[in-house]
Amino acid sequence: MSTNNDYYIPHKATWPVIGTGGLLMMLAGFANYLNGSSAGTAWMGLGLAVFIIMLAGWFTLQAGESESGMYSTQVGISYRMGMMWFIFSEIMFFAVFFGALWYTRNLSVPWLGGEGTKAATKELLWPAFEAVWPTNGPGKVGGNFESMGAWGLPFLNTLILLTSGVSCTWAHHGLLAKNRDQLIKGLAVTVGLGLLFVAFQASEYHEAYTEMGLTLGSGIYGSTFFMLTGFHGFHVCVGAIILSVVLFRSWKGHFQPENHFAFEAAAWYWHFVDVVWLGLFIFVYVI
Amino acid sequence: MSAVVAEHDDHHDHGPAKGLLRWVITTNHKDIGTLYLLFALAMFFVGGAMAMVIRAELFEPGMQFVNPQFFNSMTTMHALVMVFGAVMPAFVGLANWMIPMMIGAPDMALPRMNNMSFWLLVAGVLLLASTLFMEGGAPASGWTLYPPLVLQTGKALPFAIFSVHLLGISSIMGAINIIATIFNMRAPGMTLMKMPMFVWTWLITAFLLIAIMPVFAGAVTMLLTDKFFATSFFDAAGGGDPVLYQHIFWFFGHPEVYVMILPTFGVASTIIPVFARKPLFGYSSMVHATAAIAFLSFIVWAHHMFTVGMPIAGELYFMYATMLIAIPTGVKVFNWTATMWKGSMTFETPMLFSIAFVVLFTMGGFTGLMMSVAPADFQYHDTYFIVAHFHYTLVPASIFILMAAGYFWLPKWTGHMYDERIGKLHFWLSVISVNVLFFPQHFLGLAGMPRRIPDYAVQFADWNMISSIGGFIFGASQLLFLYIVIHTIKGGTGEKVTSEVWEDAAKHSLEWTLPSPPPYHTFTTPPTVIPTEHI
Ligand code: HEM
Ligand SMILES: [Cu+2]
Repeated sequence: MSTNNDYYIPHKATWPVIGTGGLLMMLAGFANYLNGSSAGTAWMGLGLAVFIIMLAGWFTLQAGESESGMYSTQVGISYRMGMMWFIFSEIMFFAVFFGALWYTRNLSVPWLGGEGTKAATKELLWPAFEAVWPTNGPGKVGGNFESMGAWGLPFLNTLILLTSGVSCTWAHHGLLAKNRDQLIKGLAVTVGLGLLFVAFQASEYHEAYTEMGLTLGSGIYGSTFFMLTGFHGFHVCVGAIILSVVLFRSWKGHFQPENHFAFEAAAWYWHFVDVVWLGLFIFVYVI
Repeated sequence: MSAVVAEHDDHHDHGPAKGLLRWVITTNHKDIGTLYLLFALAMFFVGGAMAMVIRAELFEPGMQFVNPQFFNSMTTMHALVMVFGAVMPAFVGLANWMIPMMIGAPDMALPRMNNMSFWLLVAGVLLLASTLFMEGGAPASGWTLYPPLVLQTGKALPFAIFSVHLLGISSIMGAINIIATIFNMRAPGMTLMKMPMFVWTWLITAFLLIAIMPVFAGAVTMLLTDKFFATSFFDAAGGGDPVLYQHIFWFFGHPEVYVMILPTFGVASTIIPVFARKPLFGYSSMVHATAAIAFLSFIVWAHHMFTVGMPIAGELYFMYATMLIAIPTGVKVFNWTATMWKGSMTFETPMLFSIAFVVLFTMGGFTGLMMSVAPADFQYHDTYFIVAHFHYTLVPASIFILMAAGYFWLPKWTGHMYDERIGKLHFWLSVISVNVLFFPQHFLGLAGMPRRIPDYAVQFADWNMISSIGGFIFGASQLLFLYIVIHTIKGGTGEKVTSEVWEDAAKHSLEWTLPSPPPYHTFTTPPTVIPTEHI
């Protein structure tokens, strides 16, 4: 029977308050910026800097503790549960935007077009409106636009992310087989593919804004398109940063076959980002 | 390896850090629990002060003290402060204090994150409170923040939205911590079906929180982009729909009310058996009813939207689904009653509050059932009837049980006994005034008085005045609770309390096997005997 003594309970944590202060500064600064105050951006930058310092400091501390063997298996289980439920909360966050897409496409846009009991409303208010997707609504908000095709860059990006999922798993096999070379190469390829994905998406956005008239302001199509792909792209960036940290630690000789929570967490996160992209590809681009 | 173990062995001898800094950097579940509880108590009085403004304005017809804009800011901020600043943090505080002691764990599973969830809560509430002093005033759209109205908020809008984000992150971190603690930190022999009900209800509540807080965050993010970045989520001109917001909000909002009531159920199921001197009746049915309520809470949200113009199939579905909730809820009420049946009951203050909870919560459940009837709700919706409904489910339920928890565990936390006479006085004043305050609101609502309106037709004058008088007495009575808390912390009646505090309490739950007050670190060696009287 275990004693609870080998469950490591840290004392006197300073990073959490520092991180909270950074977040608060960042968000208050952002709010001020949105309200048109000139000081807003400076506060945002400062808050972001504090936040990044906190992340670096906190993770360095944790990595050091982990490498010096302070975490028992039970502690590892707590971390894994933490990561799993964090990813679940992220899934729910994406679900909101997928839900909004589903609702507008299948319910509210058809209603605007007079479906169900809404025929008279439509005739009186916007007789010319036709409920077809993509749309920017009866008010043609944001002007004429072209919708984004699926089989160009987006399809390429799908292949890229899928490949990166494979390379990530390959790296994991390397780690388990104590093949550090394979671990480092696999991770480097994964990060590289992630960056390539982001670069392609940036060029896609550029084309949308400069040549297709498609912006965040292009009615409900533009809103759902950019919010879904934008939040996803942001998550790809975060995932790539996490993987880079793991790559750096692997290169420093961290992680053992039986002790590599950070690697697992990063890999789970990456696969999650991957799966969200598949959803996006199908529901935003293809259908 | 053994060297390392020895090294952190001496961690356990560390007491708290010196001075005020102790509270800022603490990772101790008891410290953090105390912070949460005190913060919640403070916010209870802040939110209460806002309620006093509302009742003062409604004391008589006509405009008396505040302008309509500020009145609506008060209803909005009162709700947000009470929900996110008082009730939820109070239960998180109880979770922090009690769960590790109830399951025989040395602390919460993720102590550093625990610290961060508390400070993020403070940051979120600070952002929210700051909106009171901004150009254009605090949000005045009601706590539901419906567009398009909420988009007319002045400078406060982005602050309120970011406050929701911070509160959301805080809640999610807290919930993750609770789940990891319960799944991973139980003492050997503490099987899931031996856990005290309070632990069970929090486990399920934590699932709810992780599922819904991101949804709320998503909803307000869309508000932000609609206002500042030209999106059209909630704007029909661009093909969006304001009703979409309502769906998303209530997908969060309905489970959210259960976030506030499930731990309430848990505490009630903990207190009642102790003072009835009987095991809890139907333990496993309690567990299953809690899970059933949590599941149902995800599929009934549009009962808040019966009048919004949903297709008839939607109205019917949400009506019947909502009615289903009454079944597991009824199971619970019957179980509490059966627990008291033929028990050798005594009526100390925690028990008094718990009994009042059973009776008055049932009232709130019944009005809920009335409103679940879609065609009838066309009459009740957005009137004082619904205000009466949810206040019955929140004030003489969640708040009363929080008071009960305070009386029940204060002697354990502080090692001092509270003054039973003042406790009883507090109870009787509260239970009478809360009914004077909220019962007449049923009549007002049925007669058609709308909610969130600073002025009203003279026909509503009498009941409003009575309700306000009840409100003032209720508000003032809570100062007694404040007094008792301070008095008890400072030494209380001077009576020495045993580790059990209440007769035979240790048969029910592990915290009563520890000294009162418990040492800074408890259960560094897991307990060997698991109490099962509560089952
Ligand atoms: C038997 C269980 C319950 C049923 C059937 C029920 C039903 C309802 C219905 C139909 C409404 C919408 C009324 C309207 O807007 O016209 C409502 C509103 C509300 N209920 Fe319940 N309810 C129940 C229990 C609870 C509990 C346990 C709580 C909280 C602890 C609660 C809190 C609320 C709140 C806060 C609102 C108002 C939200 C708002 O519009 O601001 N209810 N309830
Ligand atoms: Cu509801």
